[in-house]
Amino acid sequence: MTLVNLWFVLIGVLFTGYLVLEGFDFGVGMLIHPAGRTLEERRQVLRTIGPVWDGNEVWLLTAGGSIFAAFPEWYATLFSGYYLALFAILMCLIVRVMAIEYRNKHDGEAWRRRWDIGIAVTSALPAFLWGVAFANIVGGSPLNDKGVYVGGFWDLIHPYAVLGGLVTLLLFALHGAHYLALRATGPVRERANRIAARLWLPTLVVVAAFAVWTLAEAQTLRVVAVVGAAVAALALISVFPMQRAGREGWAFGLTSLTIGGAMIMLWATLFPNAMVSSNGAATNLTLVDAASTHTTLVVMTVVAAIMTPIVLLYQAWTYWVFRARVTAAPDEEPKLAVSWLSRTPKGER
Amino acid sequence: MTLDLARWQFGITTVYHFILVPITIGLAGFVALMQTRWVKTGDPEYLRMTRFWGKILLINFALGVATGIVQEFQFGMAWSEYSRFVGDIFGAPLAMEALIAFFIESTFLGLWIFGWDRMPARLHLATIWLVFIGTMISAYFILAANAWMQYPVGAKFNEATGRAELDSFFDVITSKTALYAFGHTITAAIATAGALIVGISAWKRFRTPDRDTTFFTRSLKWGLRGTLVAALATTIVGHFFAQWMTKVQPMKMAAAEALYETTDGAGLSLFAWGGLESTPNDLKINIEIPRLLSFMATDSFSGEVRGINDLQAEYEKRYGPGNYVPVLAVTYWSFRTMMTMAFYLIVMSLVGLFMLRRGRAPGKIFTAAAVFGIFAPLIANSAGWLFTEMGRQPWVVQGLLKTADGVSPLGAGTIWTSITGFTLLYAALAVAELFLILKAVRHGPDPAPEPIGTTPHGEHLLPTLGY
Ligand code: HDD
Ligand code: HEM
Ligand code: HEM
Repeated sequence: MTLVNLWFVLIGVLFTGYLVLEGFDFGVGMLIHPAGRTLEERRQVLRTIGPVWDGNEVWLLTAGGSIFAAFPEWYATLFSGYYLALFAILMCLIVRVMAIEYRNKHDGEAWRRRWDIGIAVTSALPAFLWGVAFANIVGGSPLNDKGVYVGGFWDLIHPYAVLGGLVTLLLFALHGAHYLALRATGPVRERANRIAARLWLPTLVVVAAFAVWTLAEAQTLRVVAVVGAAVAALALISVFPMQRAGREGWAFGLTSLTIGGAMIMLWATLFPNAMVSSNGAATNLTLVDAASTHTTLVVMTVVAAIMTPIVLLYQAWTYWVFRARVTAAPDEEPKLAVSWLSRTPKGER
Repeated sequence: MTLDLARWQFGITTVYHFILVPITIGLAGFVALMQTRWVKTGDPEYLRMTRFWGKILLINFALGVATGIVQEFQFGMAWSEYSRFVGDIFGAPLAMEALIAFFIESTFLGLWIFGWDRMPARLHLATIWLVFIGTMISAYFILAANAWMQYPVGAKFNEATGRAELDSFFDVITSKTALYAFGHTITAAIATAGALIVGISAWKRFRTPDRDTTFFTRSLKWGLRGTLVAALATTIVGHFFAQWMTKVQPMKMAAAEALYETTDGAGLSLFAWGGLESTPNDLKINIEIPRLLSFMATDSFSGEVRGINDLQAEYEKRYGPGNYVPVLAVTYWSFRTMMTMAFYLIVMSLVGLFMLRRGRAPGKIFTAAAVFGIFAPLIANSAGWLFTEMGRQPWVVQGLLKTADGVSPLGAGTIWTSITGFTLLYAALAVAELFLILKAVRHGPDPAPEPIGTTPHGEHLLPTLGY
């Protein structure tokens, strides 16, 4: 495999990580009102993602930075071309960070109510827009022969893209409901399970429609893309029995797998392009044309090979430290997750 | 129009991000030290300090993250031609910043906030140190990227592809400009946070002298010492930084000194006034200390310092006709503003330390000076960046790419939309951040928290700082 192809795969992996992880953050955010009836319950909802949402968002920053480093032309075309869509996503992400972090730093009731609405809106909108963006990258948007986007904001909104948006919106909501069911206790957990059961069928319908449409329109139909679609479909179908059996962990794992399968389908369809042009195959932005020099790719590969396992390790450790379910009680029992290194500070006690 | 708007947008969002950044970096360092003292001595006053200043760190950190997300994407959004030109070199440090630094910062901050009741004290202490180290790694990579734009080493220009290509990544991240910028910026960040601690502590000592007296006296002492050491270090590094700049970006430094003619034994200008355009006749007033500039720049009172007119002629020969002089009024005054603030911080912390040594509480005058001292480093930071970036104009990558050639082919309306959106949102968030910080300050430190459990080794577990 050439380094160019390797980096295409790695960027796909980074985006998958992002969508799986921030996908449930978005889902939890969207469900803050239906899952949490009172201000206290909504606080409980937020606590399930409190220690991890920022680390999850860094997957996006790493994916963005890697596109810049490995495929500068792709970075330039994508983000200047989809300017207003990205601007909307950024505004949402900003408000979302502030809402999650500032909501509980002041105890005014109106203050909290307003930030809660902010969280719901700024979780749903980017969830939808990411689907729109990916559908356009793969399905094609107007590019000229220099690889520059020549459309406007509304050229990004067409039936296939809207379907893509619905896929991410519903899939993240379902994924978030599973996460919440897995991480919370009491009424929040029960409601999350009920919401998940209701979301399953509509999600399955849009995901299936999107997969069929994507494969039907693909410039070349690749086996890997079909396998990805099949994985996504099977995983999503198997969610149903798991929900019925109350296997919350399995259900969550399966929606993660659905997201992974869908990404494999999209990436395999996109290859060997970075962006498909709707003005004919001659104007596609190919990976080879978009790529950095060999020297840069070698440097990036070495650093990624060393750092990625380390990052995965300590992020996994974080989830393990906070594995205990989040209760509604404000001051919970401490849940010592790690006891090695334990020694009393001098004078304490 | 698109160009001007894109410049304003970049300037506004970046300066805003950089108001928050130094506070985060510096406060993370102070909080890590405070918590270390607590773990070492067990003195609950240090625990209170850790948690009080930690809370202010968290309020600030959130806005730093939120504004940083915009930074990651704005090169592609508004500066796509620039991104095509530099991506081969500039993208790598940016990606590494995220992969190496941001993951550390965000993950371990989450562990620090929510981990008080999950981990033994020393492991928990390690998480805040990792956050501090993460902020420094992040600063290093982004500054190395920026330094390459000032001093493009380790790369060559490829005529065929029309872009810059990487030769040696090592040269890029170890260029002298990058190292000086890192030393200068980190010390400046510590001074920034130190001055914040001084300002708040002096205010509390003055307004409510009977409440939390030990707490704020001790914080004041920490802040004053930190500010003094850091501001001195910033100044010393800054001096050598300026000498280096005189070599590699002589136009920037000539513009900083409003020095038109190449001169042996040049004087250091203290106050200049005039149109500050590119002719010496324009200069209406110029008060100088004879020969000092030559000494500062070259270590010799009679050394030669090159002037603007000379450099302009040379650049025209090398790069073709055009104006290669940055806006003098900006470079000249931003450089002086930065140095004045350095002087201010040093004097303020010396006076404060002297006062404490005499066992006196902050009076009205010192308190006012300390509260202004919160803003002094913020002003210096912005002035420093304005100087660095405006002094490089008309280039975006020195000698290789002009700013005007870097902008995206977008309509002005598009950028108007985003610049308006960002500016309004940032203004609203500034109000929220100030509200929360003022509220935390007014509320003052909480009493040392009651343990809510113990480890098998009998060590206390404390309530979290999370929500
Ligand atoms: C000298 C330090 C410095 C400078 C010059 C910059 N930053 Fe910054 N940045 C930081 C130091 C920092 C930090 C200390 O690491 C922050 C501040 C608050 C925080 O959470 O981390 C941060 C946050 C931060 C984040 C959010 C990280 C997260 O989610 O945890 C991003 C994406 C960027 N920055 C990107 C940039 C870019 C692209 C810059 C160039 C224009 C830039 N920053 C200038
Ligand atoms: C590292 C942190 C950086 C800071 C704090 C910073 C700060 C600034 C400041 C203060 C300005 C002047 C604003 C104005 O002229 O209106 C500016 C302009 C600019 N900077 Fe930087 N900068 C940074 C990094 C970068 C990087 C990494 C790039 C790479 C693209 C960059 C490119 C520009 C451009 C294109 C402009 C607009 C030209 C101009 O207005 O002068 N800067 N920046
Ligand atoms: C007398 C003391 C100082 C001197 C001689 C000095 C010198 C310099 C020089 C020469 C630059 C420009 C570097 C370039 O063009 O790339 C610079 C930039 C800068 N300065 Fe200072 N400085 C001083 C004090 C301060 C203080 C007190 C602060 C803040 C607390 C500060 C913050 C900055 C920042 C943030 C930058 C831009 C970042 C960079 O290029 O590294 N400086 N300084």
